[in-house]
Amino acid sequence: MTDAAIALTPPRRRVRDRGARVRLWAYGMLGLVVLGAVWELYKALGPADGLVIGEARVLPRTSDLAMPHLWEMASRLAEPVTRAEGARPLWLEVVLAAGLTLGIAAAGWIVGVVVGIALALVMQRWRIAESAMLPWIVLSQTVPLIAFAPLVRSWGSRIEIGAFEWQDWMSVAVIASYLAFFPVAVGALRGLQAPDRIHLELMRTYSVGWRATLMHLRFPAAVPYLLPALRLAAANAVVGAVVAEVSTGLQGGIGRLVIQYAGQASGDPSKAWAPIFGAVALGLIAAGSVAILGLVFRNYRRSEEQA
Amino acid sequence: MNTVITAPAGAIAAVTVTGVDKVFATRKGEVTALSGIDLHVAPGEFVSLIGPSGCGKSTLLRLIADLDAPTTGTVEVFGTSAHQARLDQRYGIAFQQAGLLPWRTVAGNIALPLELHGMGVAERAARVAELVALVGLGDFASTYPDQLSGGMQQRVAIARALAEKPALLLMDEPFGALDEMTREYMQSELLRIAAETGAAVVFVTHSIPEAVYLSDRVVVMSPRPGRIAGIVTMNLGRTADRADDLREDGAFFEMITAVREALHGSPVSRARGVETR
Repeated sequence: MTDAAIALTPPRRRVRDRGARVRLWAYGMLGLVVLGAVWELYKALGPADGLVIGEARVLPRTSDLAMPHLWEMASRLAEPVTRAEGARPLWLEVVLAAGLTLGIAAAGWIVGVVVGIALALVMQRWRIAESAMLPWIVLSQTVPLIAFAPLVRSWGSRIEIGAFEWQDWMSVAVIASYLAFFPVAVGALRGLQAPDRIHLELMRTYSVGWRATLMHLRFPAAVPYLLPALRLAAANAVVGAVVAEVSTGLQGGIGRLVIQYAGQASGDPSKAWAPIFGAVALGLIAAGSVAILGLVFRNYRRSEEQA
Repeated sequence: MNTVITAPAGAIAAVTVTGVDKVFATRKGEVTALSGIDLHVAPGEFVSLIGPSGCGKSTLLRLIADLDAPTTGTVEVFGTSAHQARLDQRYGIAFQQAGLLPWRTVAGNIALPLELHGMGVAERAARVAELVALVGLGDFASTYPDQLSGGMQQRVAIARALAEKPALLLMDEPFGALDEMTREYMQSELLRIAAETGAAVVFVTHSIPEAVYLSDRVVVMSPRPGRIAGIVTMNLGRTADRADDLREDGAFFEMITAVREALHGSPVSRARGVETR
Protein backbone atom coordinates (compact mmCIF):
# COMPACT_ATOMS: atom_id res chain seq x y z
CA MET A 1 0.00 0.00 0.00
CA THR A 2 2.55 2.53 1.09
CA ASP A 3 4.94 1.42 -1.59
CA ALA A 4 2.27 1.90 -4.15
CA ALA A 5 1.47 5.22 -2.59
CA ILE A 6 4.77 6.77 -3.44
CA ALA A 7 3.71 6.33 -7.03
CA LEU A 8 6.89 5.54 -8.86
CA THR A 9 6.00 7.43 -11.95
CA PRO A 10 8.06 6.36 -14.93
CA PRO A 11 10.88 8.75 -15.70
CA ARG A 12 9.69 11.26 -18.22
CA ARG A 13 12.02 12.32 -20.92
CA ARG A 14 12.17 15.55 -22.80
CA VAL A 15 13.13 14.08 -26.10
CA ARG A 16 11.73 16.14 -28.90
CA ASP A 17 10.64 13.51 -31.38
CA ARG A 18 12.45 13.21 -34.69
CA GLY A 19 9.39 14.16 -36.71
CA ALA A 20 9.20 17.55 -35.05
CA ARG A 21 12.85 18.22 -35.76
CA VAL A 22 12.51 17.27 -39.43
CA ARG A 23 9.45 19.53 -39.69
CA LEU A 24 11.44 22.41 -38.22
CA TRP A 25 14.08 22.04 -40.91
CA ALA A 26 11.42 21.71 -43.59
CA TYR A 27 9.82 25.00 -42.51
CA GLY A 28 13.23 26.66 -42.58
CA MET A 29 13.84 25.47 -46.14
CA LEU A 30 10.31 26.49 -47.14
CA GLY A 31 11.08 30.01 -45.93
CA LEU A 32 14.10 30.16 -48.24
CA VAL A 33 12.08 28.87 -51.20
CA VAL A 34 9.37 31.48 -50.59
CA LEU A 35 11.99 34.22 -50.40
CA GLY A 36 13.44 33.09 -53.74
CA ALA A 37 9.99 32.89 -55.32
CA VAL A 38 9.10 36.42 -54.17
CA TRP A 39 12.36 37.70 -55.67
CA GLU A 40 11.73 36.10 -59.06
CA LEU A 41 8.02 36.97 -59.10
CA TYR A 42 8.71 40.64 -58.43
CA LYS A 43 11.41 40.62 -61.05
CA ALA A 44 9.01 39.14 -63.61
CA LEU A 45 5.90 41.17 -62.74
CA GLY A 46 7.10 44.35 -61.01
CA PRO A 47 7.35 47.74 -62.80
CA ALA A 48 10.61 48.05 -64.71
CA ASP A 49 11.49 51.32 -63.02
CA GLY A 50 10.51 50.18 -59.54
CA LEU A 51 8.03 52.03 -57.38
CA VAL A 52 8.81 55.68 -56.72
CA ILE A 53 6.83 57.69 -54.18
CA GLY A 54 7.78 61.34 -54.29
CA GLU A 55 11.56 61.33 -54.47
CA ALA A 56 12.09 57.99 -52.82
CA ARG A 57 12.23 54.70 -54.66
CA VAL A 58 10.54 52.28 -52.26
CA LEU A 59 10.81 49.24 -54.54
CA PRO A 60 13.89 48.54 -56.68
CA ARG A 61 14.13 48.43 -60.45
CA THR A 62 13.63 44.99 -61.89
CA SER A 63 16.50 45.24 -64.36
CA ASP A 64 19.12 42.51 -64.48
CA LEU A 65 21.55 45.09 -63.14
CA ALA A 66 19.62 45.71 -59.92
CA MET A 67 18.12 42.27 -59.46
CA PRO A 68 19.97 39.48 -61.20
CA HIS A 69 18.18 36.16 -61.58
CA LEU A 70 18.85 33.68 -58.79
CA TRP A 71 20.24 31.17 -61.23
CA GLU A 72 22.61 33.77 -62.61
CA MET A 73 23.95 34.38 -59.12
CA ALA A 74 24.35 30.64 -58.65
CA SER A 75 26.04 29.96 -61.97
CA ARG A 76 28.33 32.95 -61.48
CA LEU A 77 29.74 31.22 -58.40
CA ALA A 78 31.13 28.44 -60.54
CA GLU A 79 32.83 30.79 -63.01
CA PRO A 80 36.34 32.23 -62.50
CA VAL A 81 36.70 35.46 -60.50
CA THR A 82 38.24 37.36 -63.41
CA ARG A 83 38.97 36.57 -67.03
CA ALA A 84 42.67 36.50 -66.22
CA GLU A 85 44.53 33.28 -66.91
CA GLY A 86 44.44 30.78 -64.00
CA ALA A 87 41.91 32.76 -61.97
CA ARG A 88 40.24 30.80 -59.18
CA PRO A 89 36.50 30.08 -59.39
CA LEU A 90 34.41 32.69 -57.59
CA TRP A 91 33.07 30.29 -54.95
CA LEU A 92 36.57 29.31 -53.90
CA GLU A 93 37.58 32.95 -53.59
CA VAL A 94 34.53 33.59 -51.40
CA VAL A 95 35.16 30.50 -49.26
CA LEU A 96 38.80 31.47 -48.69
CA ALA A 97 37.82 35.01 -47.74
CA ALA A 98 35.07 33.73 -45.47
CA GLY A 99 37.53 31.37 -43.80
CA LEU A 100 39.86 34.24 -42.99
CA THR A 101 37.01 36.31 -41.57
CA LEU A 102 35.72 33.35 -39.57
CA GLY A 103 39.13 32.92 -37.97
CA ILE A 104 39.30 36.59 -37.03
CA ALA A 105 35.71 36.53 -35.74
CA ALA A 106 36.50 33.41 -33.67
CA ALA A 107 39.48 35.16 -32.09
CA GLY A 108 37.25 38.15 -31.37
CA TRP A 109 34.56 35.85 -29.94
CA ILE A 110 37.00 34.18 -27.58
CA VAL A 111 38.34 37.50 -26.33
CA GLY A 112 34.78 38.82 -25.99
CA VAL A 113 33.63 35.75 -24.04
CA VAL A 114 36.60 35.90 -21.66
CA VAL A 115 36.16 39.63 -21.07
CA GLY A 116 32.38 39.31 -20.77
CA ILE A 117 32.52 36.52 -18.20
CA ALA A 118 35.26 38.31 -16.26
CA LEU A 119 33.12 41.46 -16.09
CA ALA A 120 30.09 39.42 -15.00
CA LEU A 121 32.14 37.77 -12.24
CA VAL A 122 33.34 41.10 -10.91
CA MET A 123 29.79 42.49 -11.01
CA GLN A 124 28.38 39.42 -9.27
CA ARG A 125 31.06 39.44 -6.58
CA TRP A 126 30.73 43.10 -5.67
CA ARG A 127 27.31 44.64 -5.92
CA ILE A 128 28.87 48.10 -6.04
CA ALA A 129 30.78 47.05 -9.16
CA GLU A 130 27.48 46.16 -10.80
CA SER A 131 26.04 49.61 -10.08
CA ALA A 132 29.23 51.25 -11.26
CA MET A 133 29.89 49.22 -14.40
CA LEU A 134 26.63 47.98 -15.86
CA PRO A 135 25.44 51.39 -17.19
CA TRP A 136 28.79 51.90 -18.94
CA ILE A 137 28.67 48.43 -20.43
CA VAL A 138 25.26 49.20 -21.90
CA LEU A 139 26.45 52.60 -23.04
CA SER A 140 29.51 51.08 -24.75
CA GLN A 141 27.25 49.53 -27.36
CA THR A 142 25.87 52.88 -28.46
CA VAL A 143 29.27 53.98 -29.79
CA PRO A 144 29.17 53.55 -33.58
CA LEU A 145 31.59 50.87 -34.65
CA ILE A 146 32.65 52.72 -37.80
CA ALA A 147 33.75 55.67 -35.68
CA PHE A 148 36.38 53.93 -33.64
CA ALA A 149 37.53 51.18 -36.00
CA PRO A 150 40.23 53.41 -37.55
CA LEU A 151 41.24 54.52 -34.03
CA VAL A 152 41.81 50.95 -32.90
CA ARG A 153 43.90 50.36 -35.96
CA SER A 154 46.11 53.37 -35.37
CA TRP A 155 46.53 52.53 -31.66
CA GLY A 156 47.39 48.97 -32.55
CA SER A 157 49.98 50.00 -35.11
CA ARG A 158 51.95 51.69 -32.32
CA ILE A 159 52.12 48.53 -30.23
CA GLU A 160 55.38 46.67 -30.50
CA ILE A 161 56.57 44.56 -27.62
CA GLY A 162 59.82 42.75 -28.27
CA ALA A 163 59.31 40.34 -31.13
CA PHE A 164 55.57 40.84 -30.96
CA GLU A 165 54.20 43.21 -33.52
CA TRP A 166 50.58 44.23 -33.80
CA GLN A 167 48.94 42.79 -36.89
CA ASP A 168 46.11 44.45 -38.75
CA TRP A 169 43.86 41.45 -38.30
CA MET A 170 44.20 41.89 -34.55
CA SER A 171 42.53 45.29 -34.79
CA VAL A 172 39.63 43.62 -36.56
CA ALA A 173 39.45 40.92 -33.88
CA VAL A 174 39.44 43.56 -31.12
CA ILE A 175 36.52 45.32 -32.78
CA ALA A 176 34.68 42.03 -33.19
CA SER A 177 35.25 41.31 -29.50
CA TYR A 178 33.85 44.73 -28.65
CA LEU A 179 30.51 43.65 -30.09
CA ALA A 180 30.78 40.09 -28.73
CA PHE A 181 31.51 40.84 -25.06
CA PHE A 182 28.27 42.69 -24.42
CA PRO A 183 25.67 39.90 -24.60
CA VAL A 184 28.08 37.63 -22.69
CA ALA A 185 28.57 40.13 -19.86
CA VAL A 186 24.85 40.75 -19.48
CA GLY A 187 23.79 37.11 -19.93
CA ALA A 188 26.49 35.74 -17.62
CA LEU A 189 25.62 38.26 -14.91
CA ARG A 190 21.97 37.27 -15.02
CA GLY A 191 22.94 33.62 -14.99
CA LEU A 192 25.35 33.96 -12.08
CA GLN A 193 22.61 35.68 -10.13
CA ALA A 194 20.06 33.03 -11.10
CA PRO A 195 20.48 30.43 -8.30
CA ASP A 196 17.55 30.13 -5.91
CA ARG A 197 17.88 31.30 -2.33
CA ILE A 198 17.43 27.72 -1.15
CA HIS A 199 20.49 26.61 -3.12
CA LEU A 200 22.57 29.52 -1.87
CA GLU A 201 21.59 28.76 1.72
CA LEU A 202 22.42 25.12 1.19
CA MET A 203 25.94 26.12 0.12
CA ARG A 204 26.09 28.30 3.21
CA THR A 205 25.22 25.38 5.47
CA TYR A 206 28.15 23.55 3.84
CA SER A 207 30.27 26.57 4.89
CA VAL A 208 32.04 26.76 1.55
CA GLY A 209 33.37 29.99 0.12
CA TRP A 210 32.60 32.08 -2.93
CA ARG A 211 34.76 30.03 -5.27
CA ALA A 212 33.24 26.66 -4.46
CA THR A 213 29.76 28.20 -4.69
CA LEU A 214 30.75 29.64 -8.05
CA MET A 215 32.03 26.37 -9.46
CA HIS A 216 29.33 24.09 -8.07
CA LEU A 217 26.32 26.35 -8.18
CA ARG A 218 26.58 29.68 -9.99
CA PHE A 219 28.32 28.57 -13.18
CA PRO A 220 26.13 25.50 -13.74
CA ALA A 221 23.03 27.59 -13.05
CA ALA A 222 24.26 30.21 -15.52
CA VAL A 223 24.49 27.80 -18.46
CA PRO A 224 20.90 28.31 -19.69
CA TYR A 225 21.57 32.07 -19.75
CA LEU A 226 25.05 31.76 -21.21
CA LEU A 227 24.20 29.61 -24.24
CA PRO A 228 21.94 32.14 -25.99
CA ALA A 229 24.39 34.89 -25.02
CA LEU A 230 27.26 32.97 -26.62
CA ARG A 231 25.22 32.46 -29.78
CA LEU A 232 24.40 36.14 -29.96
CA ALA A 233 28.06 36.91 -29.33
CA ALA A 234 29.05 34.67 -32.25
CA ALA A 235 26.69 36.48 -34.63
CA ASN A 236 27.90 39.84 -33.29
CA ALA A 237 31.53 38.83 -33.73
CA VAL A 238 30.91 38.02 -37.41
CA VAL A 239 29.13 41.32 -38.01
CA GLY A 240 31.86 43.16 -36.14
CA ALA A 241 34.60 41.44 -38.12
CA VAL A 242 32.97 42.16 -41.48
CA VAL A 243 32.32 45.81 -40.67
CA ALA A 244 35.78 46.25 -39.17
CA GLU A 245 37.41 44.74 -42.26
CA VAL A 246 35.64 47.33 -44.35
CA SER A 247 36.46 50.29 -42.14
CA THR A 248 40.07 49.35 -41.45
CA GLY A 249 40.61 48.27 -45.04
CA LEU A 250 41.93 44.81 -44.17
CA GLN A 251 42.62 42.78 -47.32
CA GLY A 252 41.55 39.21 -47.95
CA GLY A 253 38.43 38.99 -45.78
CA ILE A 254 34.80 38.76 -46.81
CA GLY A 255 34.14 42.39 -45.81
CA ARG A 256 36.72 43.62 -48.28
CA LEU A 257 35.26 41.34 -50.95
CA VAL A 258 31.78 42.82 -50.47
CA ILE A 259 33.10 46.32 -51.16
CA GLN A 260 35.38 45.26 -53.99
CA TYR A 261 32.75 43.28 -55.91
CA ALA A 262 30.08 45.91 -55.32
CA GLY A 263 32.35 48.29 -57.20
CA GLN A 264 32.31 45.88 -60.17
CA ALA A 265 28.53 45.39 -60.03
CA SER A 266 27.77 47.60 -63.04
CA GLY A 267 29.69 45.21 -65.27
CA ASP A 268 29.05 41.97 -63.36
CA PRO A 269 25.91 42.30 -61.19
CA SER A 270 25.74 38.64 -60.12
CA LYS A 271 29.26 38.71 -58.76
CA ALA A 272 28.40 41.24 -56.05
CA TRP A 273 26.00 38.76 -54.47
CA ALA A 274 28.57 36.04 -53.94
CA PRO A 275 30.31 37.56 -50.88
CA ILE A 276 26.93 38.49 -49.41
CA PHE A 277 25.92 34.82 -49.50
CA GLY A 278 29.31 34.08 -48.03
CA ALA A 279 28.68 36.45 -45.13
CA VAL A 280 25.27 34.92 -44.46
CA ALA A 281 26.75 31.42 -44.44
CA LEU A 282 29.45 32.67 -42.10
CA GLY A 283 26.90 33.92 -39.57
CA LEU A 284 25.02 30.62 -39.73
CA ILE A 285 28.19 28.61 -39.23
CA ALA A 286 29.26 30.77 -36.29
CA ALA A 287 25.89 30.57 -34.53
CA GLY A 288 25.58 26.86 -35.39
CA SER A 289 28.92 26.03 -33.80
CA VAL A 290 27.65 27.49 -30.53
CA ALA A 291 24.51 25.38 -30.83
CA ILE A 292 26.81 22.35 -30.64
CA LEU A 293 28.00 23.69 -27.27
CA GLY A 294 24.35 23.54 -26.21
CA LEU A 295 24.32 19.80 -26.90
CA VAL A 296 27.43 19.30 -24.81
CA PHE A 297 25.90 21.14 -21.86
CA ARG A 298 22.36 19.85 -22.22
CA ASN A 299 22.22 18.43 -18.68
CA TYR A 300 22.68 21.95 -17.33
CA ARG A 301 19.48 23.05 -18.99
CA ARG A 302 17.28 20.82 -16.87
CA SER A 303 14.98 22.34 -14.29
CA GLU A 304 14.12 20.78 -10.97
CA GLU A 305 10.44 20.52 -11.80
CA GLN A 306 9.17 17.57 -13.70
CA ALA A 307 9.26 18.04 -17.42
CA MET B 1 13.68 5.46 26.83
CA ASN B 2 9.92 5.36 26.69
CA THR B 3 9.50 8.01 29.33
CA VAL B 4 10.33 11.69 29.29
CA ILE B 5 13.57 12.34 27.49
CA THR B 6 15.63 15.21 28.77
CA ALA B 7 19.32 15.81 28.49
CA PRO B 8 20.94 13.60 31.13
CA ALA B 9 23.23 15.48 33.45
CA GLY B 10 26.75 15.47 32.10
CA ALA B 11 25.90 14.55 28.50
CA ILE B 12 26.30 17.33 25.96
CA ALA B 13 22.92 18.35 24.56
CA ALA B 14 22.51 18.26 20.79
CA VAL B 15 20.92 21.69 20.88
CA THR B 16 20.77 24.21 23.72
CA VAL B 17 18.88 27.42 23.15
CA THR B 18 19.09 29.89 26.02
CA GLY B 19 17.14 33.13 26.37
CA VAL B 20 16.93 33.76 22.64
CA ASP B 21 15.15 36.76 21.16
CA LYS B 22 15.11 37.47 17.45
CA VAL B 23 14.11 40.89 16.18
CA PHE B 24 13.93 41.67 12.48
CA ALA B 25 14.27 45.26 11.33
CA THR B 26 11.73 45.93 8.60
CA ARG B 27 10.61 49.10 6.89
CA LYS B 28 7.61 49.30 9.17
CA GLY B 29 9.80 49.08 12.24
CA GLU B 30 11.00 46.21 14.35
CA VAL B 31 9.25 42.85 14.35
CA THR B 32 9.88 40.47 17.21
CA ALA B 33 9.97 37.00 15.67
CA LEU B 34 11.11 35.11 18.77
CA SER B 35 10.98 36.02 22.42
CA GLY B 36 12.49 34.31 25.43
CA ILE B 37 13.15 30.92 23.82
CA ASP B 38 14.73 28.18 25.97
CA LEU B 39 15.05 24.71 24.49
CA HIS B 40 17.16 21.60 24.99
CA VAL B 41 17.35 18.72 22.56
CA ALA B 42 19.07 15.58 23.79
CA PRO B 43 21.34 13.51 21.53
CA GLY B 44 19.21 11.11 19.49
CA GLU B 45 16.00 12.84 20.47
CA PHE B 46 13.26 13.71 17.94
CA VAL B 47 11.76 17.11 18.69
CA SER B 48 9.10 18.78 16.57
CA LEU B 49 8.39 22.51 16.50
CA ILE B 50 4.73 23.18 15.80
CA GLY B 51 2.59 26.29 15.68
CA PRO B 52 0.60 28.57 13.39
CA SER B 53 2.42 30.45 10.64
CA GLY B 54 4.30 33.44 12.00
CA CYS B 55 5.13 31.75 15.30
CA GLY B 56 8.82 31.74 14.46
CA LYS B 57 9.34 27.98 14.23
CA SER B 58 11.27 28.24 10.98
CA THR B 59 13.21 31.20 12.35
CA LEU B 60 14.22 29.12 15.37
CA LEU B 61 15.43 26.36 13.07
CA ARG B 62 17.42 28.88 11.04
CA LEU B 63 19.07 30.13 14.23
CA ILE B 64 20.12 26.59 15.11
CA ALA B 65 21.46 26.19 11.56
CA ASP B 66 23.31 29.53 11.82
CA LEU B 67 21.54 30.84 8.75
CA ASP B 68 20.47 33.75 10.98
CA ALA B 69 21.93 35.04 14.23
CA PRO B 70 19.89 35.62 17.41
CA THR B 71 19.44 39.21 18.58
CA THR B 72 20.01 38.20 22.18
CA GLY B 73 20.69 34.88 23.89
CA THR B 74 22.82 31.96 22.77
CA VAL B 75 22.36 28.91 20.57
CA GLU B 76 24.70 25.99 21.18
CA VAL B 77 24.99 22.84 19.11
CA PHE B 78 26.90 19.97 20.72
CA GLY B 79 28.52 22.37 23.18
CA THR B 80 29.86 24.82 20.60
CA SER B 81 28.30 27.95 19.15
CA ALA B 82 25.87 27.45 16.28
CA HIS B 83 28.34 29.26 14.04
CA GLN B 84 31.17 26.89 14.92
CA ALA B 85 28.83 23.93 14.54
CA ARG B 86 28.03 25.04 11.00
CA LEU B 87 31.71 25.44 10.18
CA ASP B 88 32.33 21.97 11.66
CA GLN B 89 29.40 20.48 9.70
CA ARG B 90 27.72 19.14 12.82
CA TYR B 91 24.24 19.09 11.28
CA GLY B 92 22.48 18.13 8.05
CA ILE B 93 19.54 20.16 6.80
CA ALA B 94 16.48 19.60 4.60
CA PHE B 95 14.05 22.29 3.51
CA GLN B 96 10.42 22.29 2.39
CA GLN B 97 11.56 22.16 -1.21
CA ALA B 98 14.01 19.41 -1.97
CA GLY B 99 16.41 22.00 -3.38
CA LEU B 100 18.25 19.50 -5.56
CA LEU B 101 20.62 20.76 -8.23
CA PRO B 102 18.78 19.96 -11.49
CA TRP B 103 21.95 19.30 -13.47
CA ARG B 104 23.16 16.60 -11.10
CA THR B 105 21.90 13.05 -10.93
CA VAL B 106 20.48 11.60 -7.73
CA ALA B 107 23.93 10.24 -6.87
CA GLY B 108 25.56 13.54 -7.81
CA ASN B 109 23.22 15.48 -5.56
CA ILE B 110 23.85 13.21 -2.60
CA ALA B 111 27.58 13.44 -3.25
CA LEU B 112 27.57 17.25 -3.29
CA PRO B 113 28.52 17.88 0.37
CA LEU B 114 31.08 15.07 0.26
CA GLU B 115 32.61 16.53 -2.89
CA LEU B 116 32.68 20.05 -1.45
CA HIS B 117 34.48 18.83 1.63
CA GLY B 118 37.06 16.92 -0.34
CA MET B 119 36.18 13.27 0.21
CA GLY B 120 38.05 10.94 -2.14
CA VAL B 121 36.30 9.53 -5.21
CA ALA B 122 36.22 5.88 -4.14
CA GLU B 123 35.13 6.60 -0.58
CA ARG B 124 32.50 8.99 -1.91
CA ALA B 125 31.05 6.44 -4.30
CA ALA B 126 30.77 3.90 -1.49
CA ARG B 127 29.06 6.36 0.84
CA VAL B 128 26.63 7.50 -1.89
CA ALA B 129 25.71 3.89 -2.65
CA GLU B 130 25.00 3.36 1.05
CA LEU B 131 22.80 6.46 1.24
CA VAL B 132 20.92 5.68 -1.96
CA ALA B 133 20.07 2.30 -0.45
CA LEU B 134 19.18 3.87 2.91
CA VAL B 135 16.48 6.04 1.34
CA GLY B 136 15.36 3.24 -0.98
CA LEU B 137 16.32 4.82 -4.31
CA GLY B 138 18.62 2.03 -5.46
CA ASP B 139 17.35 2.00 -9.05
CA PHE B 140 17.36 5.75 -9.46
CA ALA B 141 20.96 6.70 -8.68
CA SER B 142 21.63 7.93 -12.21
CA THR B 143 18.33 9.67 -12.90
CA TYR B 144 17.87 13.42 -12.80
CA PRO B 145 15.64 15.30 -10.34
CA ASP B 146 13.14 16.29 -13.04
CA GLN B 147 12.48 12.60 -13.63
CA LEU B 148 11.49 11.98 -10.00
CA SER B 149 8.24 12.49 -8.09
CA GLY B 150 8.12 15.01 -5.26
CA GLY B 151 8.44 12.33 -2.59
CA MET B 152 11.46 10.82 -4.26
CA GLN B 153 13.10 14.22 -4.60
CA GLN B 154 12.57 14.78 -0.90
CA ARG B 155 14.15 11.42 -0.11
CA VAL B 156 17.21 12.47 -2.12
CA ALA B 157 17.32 15.68 -0.06
CA ILE B 158 17.21 13.65 3.16
CA ALA B 159 19.99 11.38 1.92
CA ARG B 160 22.03 14.47 1.08
CA ALA B 161 21.42 15.86 4.58
CA LEU B 162 22.65 12.58 6.06
CA ALA B 163 25.68 12.29 3.78
CA GLU B 164 28.24 13.34 6.35
CA LYS B 165 26.70 11.33 9.17
CA PRO B 166 25.62 14.34 11.19
CA ALA B 167 24.43 13.70 14.76
CA LEU B 168 21.79 16.39 14.23
CA LEU B 169 19.25 16.65 11.45
CA LEU B 170 17.36 19.93 10.93
CA MET B 171 14.19 19.69 8.86
CA ASP B 172 11.94 22.57 7.85
CA GLU B 173 8.54 21.18 6.81
CA PRO B 174 10.24 18.68 4.51
CA PHE B 175 6.99 16.87 3.74
CA GLY B 176 4.84 19.99 3.49
CA ALA B 177 4.49 19.81 -0.28
CA LEU B 178 3.70 16.09 -0.46
CA ASP B 179 0.30 14.42 -0.72
CA GLU B 180 -1.07 12.71 2.38
CA MET B 181 -0.25 9.14 1.32
CA THR B 182 3.32 9.92 0.36
CA ARG B 183 3.62 11.95 3.50
CA GLU B 184 2.71 9.08 5.84
CA TYR B 185 5.10 6.81 4.00
CA MET B 186 7.89 9.36 4.30
CA GLN B 187 7.21 9.77 8.03
CA SER B 188 7.70 6.06 8.62
CA GLU B 189 10.83 6.13 6.48
CA LEU B 190 12.18 9.09 8.43
CA LEU B 191 11.69 7.29 11.77
CA ARG B 192 13.49 4.25 10.40
CA ILE B 193 16.36 6.39 9.08
CA ALA B 194 16.61 8.40 12.31
CA ALA B 195 16.76 5.16 14.29
CA GLU B 196 19.42 3.71 11.97
CA THR B 197 21.61 6.79 12.14
CA GLY B 198 20.93 7.67 15.79
CA ALA B 199 20.73 11.34 14.86
CA ALA B 200 18.81 13.91 16.88
CA VAL B 201 16.15 15.60 14.77
CA VAL B 202 14.61 19.06 15.04
CA PHE B 203 11.56 18.97 12.81
CA VAL B 204 9.41 21.97 11.89
CA THR B 205 5.82 21.18 10.88
CA HIS B 206 2.32 22.58 11.04
CA SER B 207 0.65 19.18 11.06
CA ILE B 208 -0.35 17.91 14.51
CA PRO B 209 -0.58 14.20 13.56
CA GLU B 210 2.82 14.43 11.88
CA ALA B 211 4.42 15.98 14.96
CA VAL B 212 2.80 13.41 17.27
CA TYR B 213 3.72 10.43 15.13
CA LEU B 214 7.37 11.41 14.75
CA SER B 215 8.39 13.00 18.00
CA ASP B 216 9.68 12.25 21.45
CA ARG B 217 8.62 15.74 22.40
CA VAL B 218 6.50 18.34 20.62
CA VAL B 219 7.35 21.99 21.18
CA VAL B 220 4.19 24.06 20.77
CA MET B 221 4.79 27.67 19.75
CA SER B 222 2.48 30.68 19.66
CA PRO B 223 2.80 33.76 17.48
CA ARG B 224 3.33 37.51 17.97
CA PRO B 225 5.82 37.37 19.46
CA GLY B 226 6.96 33.81 18.78
CA ARG B 227 7.46 31.96 22.02
CA ILE B 228 7.16 28.46 23.40
CA ALA B 229 3.64 27.92 24.73
CA GLY B 230 4.28 24.41 25.98
CA ILE B 231 6.29 21.26 25.50
CA VAL B 232 4.30 18.04 25.23
CA THR B 233 6.07 14.73 25.80
CA MET B 234 4.74 11.94 23.57
CA ASN B 235 4.03 8.85 25.69
CA LEU B 236 4.01 6.59 22.66
CA GLY B 237 7.06 4.47 23.17
CA ARG B 238 10.39 4.63 21.37
CA THR B 239 10.15 6.42 18.04
CA ALA B 240 12.13 3.62 16.44
CA ASP B 241 9.40 1.12 17.35
CA ARG B 242 6.49 3.11 15.96
CA ALA B 243 4.62 1.77 12.98
CA ASP B 244 1.62 2.73 10.88
CA ASP B 245 -0.87 1.03 13.22
CA LEU B 246 0.00 3.63 15.83
CA ARG B 247 -2.00 6.09 13.75
CA GLU B 248 -5.18 4.29 14.76
CA ASP B 249 -4.19 3.82 18.42
CA GLY B 250 -6.10 5.49 21.27
CA ALA B 251 -2.89 6.81 22.81
CA PHE B 252 -2.08 8.51 19.52
CA PHE B 253 -5.36 10.43 19.57
CA GLU B 254 -4.81 11.33 23.20
CA MET B 255 -1.51 12.91 22.28
CA ILE B 256 -3.09 14.74 19.36
CA THR B 257 -5.63 16.18 21.80
CA ALA B 258 -2.87 17.19 24.19
CA VAL B 259 -0.95 19.00 21.46
CA ARG B 260 -4.11 20.65 20.15
CA GLU B 261 -4.98 21.93 23.62
CA ALA B 262 -1.47 23.30 24.08
CA LEU B 263 -1.76 24.98 20.68
CA HIS B 264 -5.06 26.64 21.43
CA GLY B 265 -4.05 27.42 24.99
CA SER B 266 -7.35 26.06 26.32
CA PRO B 267 -7.54 25.88 30.09
CA VAL B 268 -9.22 22.44 30.12
CA SER B 269 -7.48 19.64 31.98
CA ARG B 270 -4.24 18.86 30.25
CA ALA B 271 -3.09 15.41 29.42
CA ARG B 272 -0.18 13.84 31.19
CA GLY B 273 3.28 15.00 30.33
CA VAL B 274 2.39 18.56 29.47
CA GLU B 275 4.59 21.19 30.91
CA THR B 276 3.24 24.66 30.43
CA ARG B 277 5.06 27.88 30.76
